Amino acid sequence: MTTTTAAVLVPLLPFLGAVATLLTGRRAPGFVRPLAVLPTLAAAALAVLVACRQGGGQPLDAARRLTPTGSVPIDLALHLDGFAVLVAVLVTVVASCVQLYSTAYLREDPRYPSYAALVSLFTAAMLLVVYSGDLMVLLVGWEVMGVCSYFLVGHYWETEAARSASLKAFLVTKLGDVPFLFGLFLLASDAGTFRITGVLHTVATGSLSHPTLTALLLLAGVAGKSAQFPLHTWLPDAMAGPTPVSALIHAATMVAAGVYFTARLLPVFTASTAALLVLAVMAAVTMLGSALAALAQDDIKRVLAYSTVGQLGYMTGALAVGDRGAAVFHLLTHGAFKALLFLGAGVVIHAAGTNSLAAMARMRGLARRVPDACWTMTVALLALAAIPPFSGFFSKEAVLGAAEHAARGEAPGIPGAAGWTVLLAGLVTALLTAAYCARLWLMCFCGKDPDAAQHGRESAAMTGVLWVLLIPTIALGLAAWQLPDWFDGRSLAPTLPTSLLSTGCALAGGLVVYGAWRRTQALAARVPLGAVAADPEAAPAVSEEEAIATHLAAYGSIAGAQDPADPGRLLLGPLHRHAATGFHLDALYAALFVRPVGAAARLVRFLDREVVETYVRGAGTAPGWLGAAVRRAQTGNVQTYLSVLFAGSVVLAVAAVLVASGA
Amino acid sequence: MHLVYPAVLAALLFCTGLYGVLARRNAILVLMSVELMLNAVNLNLVAFDVWLRDKLHAGQALTLFVIAIAAAEIGIGLAIVLLVYRARGTADVDRLRDLREDAPAEAREDAPVEAEKKAEAAA
Repeated sequence: MTTTTAAVLVPLLPFLGAVATLLTGRRAPGFVRPLAVLPTLAAAALAVLVACRQGGGQPLDAARRLTPTGSVPIDLALHLDGFAVLVAVLVTVVASCVQLYSTAYLREDPRYPSYAALVSLFTAAMLLVVYSGDLMVLLVGWEVMGVCSYFLVGHYWETEAARSASLKAFLVTKLGDVPFLFGLFLLASDAGTFRITGVLHTVATGSLSHPTLTALLLLAGVAGKSAQFPLHTWLPDAMAGPTPVSALIHAATMVAAGVYFTARLLPVFTASTAALLVLAVMAAVTMLGSALAALAQDDIKRVLAYSTVGQLGYMTGALAVGDRGAAVFHLLTHGAFKALLFLGAGVVIHAAGTNSLAAMARMRGLARRVPDACWTMTVALLALAAIPPFSGFFSKEAVLGAAEHAARGEAPGIPGAAGWTVLLAGLVTALLTAAYCARLWLMCFCGKDPDAAQHGRESAAMTGVLWVLLIPTIALGLAAWQLPDWFDGRSLAPTLPTSLLSTGCALAGGLVVYGAWRRTQALAARVPLGAVAADPEAAPAVSEEEAIATHLAAYGSIAGAQDPADPGRLLLGPLHRHAATGFHLDALYAALFVRPVGAAARLVRFLDREVVETYVRGAGTAPGWLGAAVRRAQTGNVQTYLSVLFAGSVVLAVAAVLVASGA
Repeated sequence: MHLVYPAVLAALLFCTGLYGVLARRNAILVLMSVELMLNAVNLNLVAFDVWLRDKLHAGQALTLFVIAIAAAEIGIGLAIVLLVYRARGTADVDRLRDLREDAPAEAREDAPVEAEKKAEAAA
């Protein structure tokens, strides 16, 4: 099998699996699990094969003309470079883990077949984005992912939160996709082709007509997909979906697509200094805001969601300083440990019967009950907080090293301001990241008070996946010395000054939270809290669904809880209230966009009901009246009819004679 | 003979027939008036056939057709009048007004009754 055939099969297998599952899911439920897991596993094996064959050497290009459009042709093209093959390996491995985990997590779910098919389709779409060498084909995968995320986030559509979250995810990402589409058109009209190689060649020769405009339009789509400020608001709400979906969206697909796309077309962005500065500021605001918000969240999954937003901020920061190697390196390590964290959080939510950290902080022995999740999550949180020697440390160092490099003006074409912005924001965020990691770990696994309701043992599929993902979480950092061969060749190894600074920040953040936690412990006993959905017999997803549905009722908010024992509340002080709601960005959007649109909709409804429909009703009523008038002539007397007929024909005859005689 | 005599006679006959059709109340007399009109036309046809010296005598042929059709028509017409008389006890055209447009509410109530009446009439 040639490398090209294998690469074509990688996105095709999950797609075929999805189609087969959708077709047979209802009639042959026994086949759903194999059809969900096996194609994804096979795709993972093939992706590894493609990566080995490609080996970080010359990019592999293969193309077939899909359709001659008359102007810019569309090709079915593959562009396999080091970035593509490695990200594909990450996507398929995480997707396989998620599929395996879901077989246990949603084992009694009546909608499992459609769920599994959508996850497969999601994976296939992401792989299409990763491998595609044509921007239009890439866009197809990009949009299919948007639709799949809508369906999957809304999997528990019985709950109001899930319904509105899925709509929000769809609309916000679409808001970015419209400018994105125009950006692609601008690129294609300049380059005369949708092929990425052709576009990059055009950029290299400097013949882009509007580099800043193009870059900013593309950036809107990237911000929407990769959940960057100001379009990140959909991601925390997307936690209303099942946990494996969150793991998939946050680790491998969807949010990774935006960063990966920017990495692919980085020369387009570096062609414009303004775009790089916007990117840097966007990354800095995203990092800081999300880290502060994460410190105030009560839902364990929302903490992780905000941490994803922050880590994506690191990636866009790396792109803003022109180092796509560091960005994709962080994408890979983040994919591994964030998938692990989410899947572990699913186990914890099942074991605790709640998604609220405040309630977990009042449960003794949660760590002992789910030892697998406890150990693996501890390591993953250390990786997230960038504590050496775990993978997160190396990739974050690569980002900060690149930022420092740019700040000192050693990177050609990169504004120093962008470097300083990313570096300073990155260091402060490192502190905050360690703080919310410590808070999550302390509240989750060091609970005091009464023992929680006993739940059944976690299934092997769920815990096994955690241990599988632990390997890259620990060891992927060592790739820092190997990856430059696959990427642009720039060193990704940590440098001493930034390592010391960021590790110092991280340790300080962790210690401060620990101190705050020791002080607030006394308060915890006085305020009992907790709404626990205990379903020991049911599938884990049931507990989660109930936890999501009851959080608002139990704690008064979907995001925060009134818990005085929360160290985050002590540390953030008056800021806590604002951070819990994501700095009121949702309220701002509601005031800026939702309400005007609602008012416009009401106006349109008024115009439609009162103005347009008046014409329509008039058009119906006038013939009605006319008919009533004509009906009066219907006397029933045949002779009257005949007389009128005769009179009419006489009139016609006279008229005809007059016309004929020319009078 | 000059053409004007039969033409004037035909016109008089036709007008008489027309008056009968539009003004007579008895259905049988209406039918007879129809016959008068048809025959006025026949007279015209024959007269013009002679006047134009048509080789094929299309006018005379057409007259035969009209006579045959008129016979059939009067047969059906009389049968209908007979049935209407049996059903209603009258052949007065002025009183056969089942198809008139009443006030909407009445019309809707009458509709099935009328349908029955027509069914009876057909039987």
